Amino acid sequence: MKFERYGIGIVKGLMVTIMHLLRHPTVSQYPEQRLNTSRRIRGNEFIWDQVKCTGCGTCTKACPQGAIEIVTSTSQEENKYTVDKYQIDTGYCIQCGLCVEACPYEALYLGYAYECAKYQRGELVQTKEMMLESPLRKASGYFSPKRAAKLPKQTLLLERITEKK
Amino acid sequence: MALKTEPFVLNMGPVHPSTHGVFRMRTTLDGEVVVDIEPIFGYLHRGVEKLAEQRTYTGIIPLTDRLDYISSMNNNLAYCLAVEKLAGIKVPERAEYLRVIMAELQRIAAFLIAVGAFLNDCGAFFTPFMYMFREREKIVDLLEMVSGQRLTYNYIRVGGVSQDIPEEFLPALRTFVAQMPGFIDEYDRLLMQNEILLARAKGVGILTREQAINCAASGPVLRASGVKWDIRQADPYSIYDRFEFDIPTGTVGDCYDRYRVRVAEMRQSLRIIQQAMTQLPPGPVKAAVPHLIRPPVGEAYAHLEAPKGELGFYLVSDNSIAPYRCHIRPPSLINLTALRDMVRGWKVADLIVIFGSIDITVGEIDR
Amino acid sequence: MMPVLNFGIHHQVFIPAVPPDWPGGFWWHWLFFTVVIIAFVLTMVMGAIYIERRGMGRMQSRLGPNRTGPFGLLQPVADAIKVLLKENIVPVKADKLVHWLAPVVAFAPALMIFAVIPFQDGALLADLNIGILYIVAISSVSTVGIFMAGWASSNKYSLLGAMRNVAAIVSYEMPLVLAIVGVVLIAGSLSLNRIVIAQDIPFILLQPLGFFLFFAAGCAEINRSPFDLMEADSEIVAGFHTEYSGMKFAMFYLVEYAEAIAIAAIITTLFLGGWRGPLLPPWLWFVTKVMAVFFTMVWTRTTLPRIRIDQLMALAWKFLLPLAVINLIITAIQVLASWPDTLPWALVMIIVNFTILAVLVLLWSKFFFRLGWGRIEV
Repeated sequence: MKFERYGIGIVKGLMVTIMHLLRHPTVSQYPEQRLNTSRRIRGNEFIWDQVKCTGCGTCTKACPQGAIEIVTSTSQEENKYTVDKYQIDTGYCIQCGLCVEACPYEALYLGYAYECAKYQRGELVQTKEMMLESPLRKASGYFSPKRAAKLPKQTLLLERITEKK
Repeated sequence: MALKTEPFVLNMGPVHPSTHGVFRMRTTLDGEVVVDIEPIFGYLHRGVEKLAEQRTYTGIIPLTDRLDYISSMNNNLAYCLAVEKLAGIKVPERAEYLRVIMAELQRIAAFLIAVGAFLNDCGAFFTPFMYMFREREKIVDLLEMVSGQRLTYNYIRVGGVSQDIPEEFLPALRTFVAQMPGFIDEYDRLLMQNEILLARAKGVGILTREQAINCAASGPVLRASGVKWDIRQADPYSIYDRFEFDIPTGTVGDCYDRYRVRVAEMRQSLRIIQQAMTQLPPGPVKAAVPHLIRPPVGEAYAHLEAPKGELGFYLVSDNSIAPYRCHIRPPSLINLTALRDMVRGWKVADLIVIFGSIDITVGEIDR
Repeated sequence: MMPVLNFGIHHQVFIPAVPPDWPGGFWWHWLFFTVVIIAFVLTMVMGAIYIERRGMGRMQSRLGPNRTGPFGLLQPVADAIKVLLKENIVPVKADKLVHWLAPVVAFAPALMIFAVIPFQDGALLADLNIGILYIVAISSVSTVGIFMAGWASSNKYSLLGAMRNVAAIVSYEMPLVLAIVGVVLIAGSLSLNRIVIAQDIPFILLQPLGFFLFFAAGCAEINRSPFDLMEADSEIVAGFHTEYSGMKFAMFYLVEYAEAIAIAAIITTLFLGGWRGPLLPPWLWFVTKVMAVFFTMVWTRTTLPRIRIDQLMALAWKFLLPLAVINLIITAIQVLASWPDTLPWALVMIIVNFTILAVLVLLWSKFFFRLGWGRIEV
C-alpha cells in the first residue's frame, strides 16, 4: 500500500474530523430520552405466576449462583404442593436467564424494567408477593415469543441515525 | 566520555490509565529507555476454573462469558464445542449458522475495541475510540436483540443456541453489513496513513517469525509476523470449511502490521457473515439435550479462533453433572510472554504502544 | 490597486508609553489595562475551555457538556468551583517551598505576555518598541516553573514529564524565534502595534512557511497535541502535575489554556492582521481571530496522535530549524530586492512563497522522514 508521506495523511484525517461537526451526534440524553431496550432484555426483576408454579424446583437446580429459594408444603385437598416461600435474591443473581429456560411450566419470567436500584442490600431480595405480574411490572420476552411480540420494538442505532456512507 | 547512568525501577501499577485492565508492570528504565520489564498479574483472579467444578455444564456458560468480557460469544462457543466433543452431541444446521454469525459479529466488535484502544494509546485522544464505539454500538444492539443483554450474552448452549433469532434481526444485519465497509474506509482515512502514526508504530516492537512461533503466539499477533495460521482454516471447527475468506498477514511483525491485520480481518468477517446470511437454513436451533448433561468419562480439548488468539477449553469429566476439571488456555496470557522481547530497547512511550498492540484482556489472563 | 508595503528602514520614532489624549495620564492607563487584561485572559480561558470541550465533543460524534447552564456555558465556572473546593494535598517527601512556588512561576509569564498585544490601534498596556523580543524572553520563564513542579513532587512520573518538557521547549525556541524574525523583517519593527499596522496584506499569505513553523513550534511550546507528551494521559499519568490538586492544579490548568490563548493571540497579531477588519469593531475582530486560531488547535488535538520524545527532538532540529533558516534567508532576499513597481509585487511574492513551502516540505519528507528508528541495544 502506498504510504502518504508528505503530510497528506494528516490532512485527510483532519478532513474526516471536521466533517463530523456537521453530523448528528450519536447521543441520547438519558433521563429525558429513553431508548427502548430489547424485547428479550434480561432485566433485574422477576415475574412469577402463582397459578402455574408447582414448586418443582427445576429453576433452583438450574441457577448457577443458587439465588432461588423455594419452601413448599404438601396440600392434601388439591393434591399438589403449595409454595410457601419463593424468594430470589437478585443481589446474587447474574441475570443469566437459565432459570427461565429451565421452568417446564412457563411460570417464571425475567422483568422488562432495568431501573431497579435500591438503597439497601436487603431490599434486593424479591419475595413471592412482590413478584406477581402487574401493569407496572411487565415481563420481558426472554424465552417467550408470545410476550415478546407485545412489547415495543427495540430502538436500533442503525435505524435511529441513518448515515449515507 | 560516556555518561554514567543508573537504571531505576518504575512501577506502572495496577491502576493506570492505559494498561488495559488491572495489570502491573515493573519496568527498569535507563532514562527513557526500557531495560527490563516484569509483568505482575493476578489482580483479577476470580477462581473461574475452580468455580466451574461446582456448577453444572450448562451453568458454566455464564462463567465463560466473563472470561474475555469483550468477546463473550466466542468464549461460549469454545466451551460448548468442548462439551459437545466430550459428550458426542450433534448440533443442527441452523444452529451452526447462527453460531457462526454471532461469533463473527462478536469478532468485529472485539476488533473495534482493540483497534480503538491501540489508537488511543498512540495518543489520538479518544477520537477513533469514539468512532469505533459508534459501530460497536450497532453490533451490540443487534446482539441485544437476540440474547437480551449487551455484554455477557449467554446465548450459545450445548447443542445449539438458546433461542431463535427474531424476524427483525436479518434485515437489520443486512443494513449493518452494507454500511460497515464504508465506516472501515473512514477509519482508514482518519488514521491509517497518518504520518505521525506511521512514525509511532511502523518498525516498533518487532516480533520476528521465529520468535512468534517459538512463544506459541496466536491470533493477530502471529499473523502479523508473517505466519499464515488461522484455526478457522487450519483445523476447521463448526462449519467454517463451507465459507471462503482470506487470511490477512503482515510482513514485518511490528505494531503497524498488527493494527493493519486487525482492520483487514474485520472486512473478512463481514464476508463470512454475508455468506452465512444467504445460506441460513430453517430448522431447529437446539439439539435435544437434557438440562443436566452427564457426559461419559473422558477428556476433550476444543479450540477456536477468538479475536485475541487461540482460545482453548480442556474438560475432564467423571460422568457427573459437573466437570471434574476445566482448564482454559487464555490467548492473552500466552501472547504476553512475548512482551519482554518486543519491548527491550524501546522507550516508555513505545512500551505503551507495543502493549496496546498485543491487545490483552485481564479477565482472560487471570481467569 | 497595488498595495504598498514599506520595506525601507524606519527612522527612530519615539513612541510614547501612553497616548497623549489618554484621560488621567499614566497611572489610570496602567490600572485600566491591567484590569482589562486580567478580565480578558480569564474570560477567554473560560471561553477556550468551553470551545474545546464542546468542539472536541462534536468532532467525536458526541455532545460536550450541556447540563450546566444553557448549552453548557457555565461548565468552566463549575470546573473552577469544583477545583477551589478540593483538598490541597502535598506529598510528604516533596520540597514544600518549591512545590508551592511552581504554579506561580508558571502562571505569571502567561499573563505578562498580554501586556504588549494590541487590542486596538494603540490600545496596549505598554507599547514597547521591543514588543516581540519581550514576549520571547518572558515565555521561556514558564519552563522553569514546570521543571520546579516536576522536581518538587518527588515522583518519578513527574520528573520524567518535566524533563521531557524542558528538552522540548528548549529545542523549539529556535524555530519559533526564526519564524518571528521573518515577520519582523517584512514589517520593519519589533513593536507589535506597528506590525499590525504594517499588515495591509496579512502576513500569513506573505509568509506561509513562517506561519506553519510558528504554529508547529507554538503548539510544542504549550504542550498541545500532537506534542502533548509532557502530560500524556496514557503514559505517565499526568506528567508534571500528577501530584497537584486543588487550586494549584487549577493554576496549571489555567496556564495551559492561557498560554494557548497567548500563542493564538501572537499568531493573530503577527500573521492574521490583529485587529484589522472591515465592519466590526476592532476588538471583536481580534477576539474572533484568536478563537479561530484556537479552534484550529482544538481540531489538530482531536485528530492527531502524539509523537515520541526523540521524534519530537528530531522534528525540531532536523526539520523545523533548517526550514526556519531557509525561510529567513529567502525573506531577507525578498526584502532587499526592490522589484520594479510595474509588477503586482505582492501577488508574485505570495505565489513564490507558497511554492517554496510546498517544495521544501516535499523535499524534506522524501529524504529525511525515516520510520522505525529509535531502538537502543540493551
